[in-house]
Amino acid sequence: MTEPSATPPPVSRRRLLGYAGAGAAVGAAGFAGGIGAARATDGPHGEGVDRYAFHGTHQAGIVTPAQDRLHFAAFDVTATSRAELLLLLKAWTAAAAAMTQGRPVGGGVPLPYDAPPGDTGEAAGLPPGRLTLTFGFGPSLFRDADGKDRFGIADRQPAALRRLPHFPADALQEQRSDGDLCVQACADDPQVAVHAIRNLSRIAFGSAALRWSQLGFGRTSSTSTSQATPRNLFGFKDGTANLKAEEPKAVDEHVWVGQGDDDGAAWLADGSFLVARRINMMIETWDRTSLREQETLVGRDRHVGAPLSGGTEFTEPDLSLKGNDGQPLVAMSSHVRLAHPTQNNGVRMLRRGYNFTDGNDDLGRLDAGLFFIAYVRDPATQYIPMQTRLSRDDGLMEYLRHTGSGLFAVPPGVRKGGFLGDTLLT
Amino acid sequence: MKNRRLAAALVAGVSLPALAACTDNSSSSSDATDGRTIAVTSSSDACDLSSDTAPSGRLVFTIKNTGQEVTEFYLYAADGKRIVAEVENIGPGLSRTLVVNADAATYVPACKPGMKGTGIRSELTVTESGGSGKASAAVQEQVDQANAAYREYVEDESGQLLAGTRRFVAAYTSGDDARARTLYPTVRVHWERIEPVAESFGDLDPKMDAREADLEAGQKWTGWHRIEKDLWPPSDQPYTALTKAERATYADQLLADTETLHGRIGKLTFTVDQIGNGAKSLLDEVATGKVTGEEEIWSHTDLYDFQANIDGARVAFEGLRPVLKQKDPALESEIADRFTALESMLAQYRVGADGFVSYEKLDTTQVKQLSDAVNALSEPLSKLTAAVTL
Repeated sequence: MTEPSATPPPVSRRRLLGYAGAGAAVGAAGFAGGIGAARATDGPHGEGVDRYAFHGTHQAGIVTPAQDRLHFAAFDVTATSRAELLLLLKAWTAAAAAMTQGRPVGGGVPLPYDAPPGDTGEAAGLPPGRLTLTFGFGPSLFRDADGKDRFGIADRQPAALRRLPHFPADALQEQRSDGDLCVQACADDPQVAVHAIRNLSRIAFGSAALRWSQLGFGRTSSTSTSQATPRNLFGFKDGTANLKAEEPKAVDEHVWVGQGDDDGAAWLADGSFLVARRINMMIETWDRTSLREQETLVGRDRHVGAPLSGGTEFTEPDLSLKGNDGQPLVAMSSHVRLAHPTQNNGVRMLRRGYNFTDGNDDLGRLDAGLFFIAYVRDPATQYIPMQTRLSRDDGLMEYLRHTGSGLFAVPPGVRKGGFLGDTLLT
Repeated sequence: MKNRRLAAALVAGVSLPALAACTDNSSSSSDATDGRTIAVTSSSDACDLSSDTAPSGRLVFTIKNTGQEVTEFYLYAADGKRIVAEVENIGPGLSRTLVVNADAATYVPACKPGMKGTGIRSELTVTESGGSGKASAAVQEQVDQANAAYREYVEDESGQLLAGTRRFVAAYTSGDDARARTLYPTVRVHWERIEPVAESFGDLDPKMDAREADLEAGQKWTGWHRIEKDLWPPSDQPYTALTKAERATYADQLLADTETLHGRIGKLTFTVDQIGNGAKSLLDEVATGKVTGEEEIWSHTDLYDFQANIDGARVAFEGLRPVLKQKDPALESEIADRFTALESMLAQYRVGADGFVSYEKLDTTQVKQLSDAVNALSEPLSKLTAAVTL
């Protein structure tokens, strides 16, 4: 065992490897105009552009400009006592605070040669990669399948935190759905994101077990006006009308849970709800579809991303503008129309999806699609009604198959000295 | 599966001219160098062409709408009346591409900002260059024949579907389950052969062909697959058999919906692009639902549907085949060969005169072979529409 001593000062991965003082610029100047809460202040080198603060009012990884890579994981809690759950969340908090700042888990404390290293090591030498770790609680953490209170918190379960309903044409796989806890790891480097989930998973052994996870690449949403709109695997720009960090009022209205939203779950104020959906795309049949039909189904021009009613990428679609056949230029069953706020009681959501390709299926078809992540203030009024309409009426559904699903309550950010979920558990 | 793609085309009455050369948005960079690409700028009060002459053969018009209203571009024959090609519904700020095979002649190009009036017209002289895309009278006659023949086919299948459904519901409501189980896949063949047409009626399709997984919370489940589950009740989950009265309710509903469908189908007419796209979407149906065994989850009669989808696509293809033979003989023979390959592969699983083995009897390797053959056919088949309309 290590010598009992005062906690050593945090050691950066770089310093550990003898690269102390190396410049931290990672060519991410694009988000210099990002919002204050996302600015780095926790790092040993002070403010930098390669890391985001872990502590704050809200968890990082929500309005934070979307990084390029994702490793999302859901866990089943195997702990049976509240004390064990608390220990897990405290250990995760410490590890997350370290890893997001580019420090190894365990603070780089020397361990006996015959002990396994405190950190798994594969991110040593890599910059923090703007890693964010965002945690959520599933409905099953509060009550088990029989409705039994698992950790004395059932009376604090948010009213909106329920398993999502069955949507038309759902083809959900149990092994890719739900979970008691979730962690969204986003970073510019896949190795940094995978390293984070691997370490959290390791820390959890005995208290929680990995239930399912998903790797993602190529963010499919912009969460900041500083970012160009990316493309999904259908080749179309995705997230043009997404909520952006630069719209704090709209984010307050549509993303953050307010103080009085749910009297039974006041602990969730400043938190949010995370909707995760694994959406397979029928890549092969899509690629055989005429461009006319592709654009009609989406409601946008593929090249520029402008709505078919005209303009440029960021022009609001004119849903009433008709063509010479008397039909709207943005078709009634098009994705853009059905997802538009005016068709959904004005609600918006902050999307944070990623493309994925998990190799292929038994028939040699790409197992690929969009791992959809959205943050909403109230899933019952924002996500559920919209997805019901999309699943039923969206022409794109012909080419989509929802294979995984989860809904999680995302607690507020961790204050210095606090831990994940402390507003719920203390 | 619900197929919403033809819905707009068939029900909302969108129609494309039978032989209008309107393959939008395709482009060929090599065309830019030899005067075959003509840039058209459509503003609120002008219709500027980058050139007023062009060589005969394949021409590419790139139309940019710089005005504030929706615009259209037409290429008329010299008489200013006959439409040679057109692009409709170009939103302000957007660009579209129109590919035309033009013979040497004088043409009248026209932009219609606001989609009103006779348009802002000019003149385009196409000179002889050896290239031609002659839409001869003979081809037009073949197209007309294909349209008429496809219409007859669809109506005939829909009639057989109605007659078969009568026999099926009679057996089912009388409690003759063995006969109902025999009739189920063979009657549904007539639905599956014309599936894109049948499914284009957005109000009927969910009532008639929804699978259990397609439902939304609280939605009533009716139609073929509801009865399928009652005839092949699951062994791995609790299931309560329908009562005699419930059987009658579902059977009556299915028959009434089939009658409505048959009545509506009798009023339809088709265009070449609808037939071509219909063939493609039948193969999509195979790739998405049948080859994976998801369509007939209780009865496992997916291979009947598989064959029927191919039958329908084959009829569509055969109708357009004389046109395709003239326009793109290489594509014509490729599609024909791959139809044959897929059909003979599927024939291995035939039982008796018109039956197939249960989908459950296929192993992964066999399913993969079928899937590969479907892909091999689908890829060239997806080029059929563009090939016959240009």
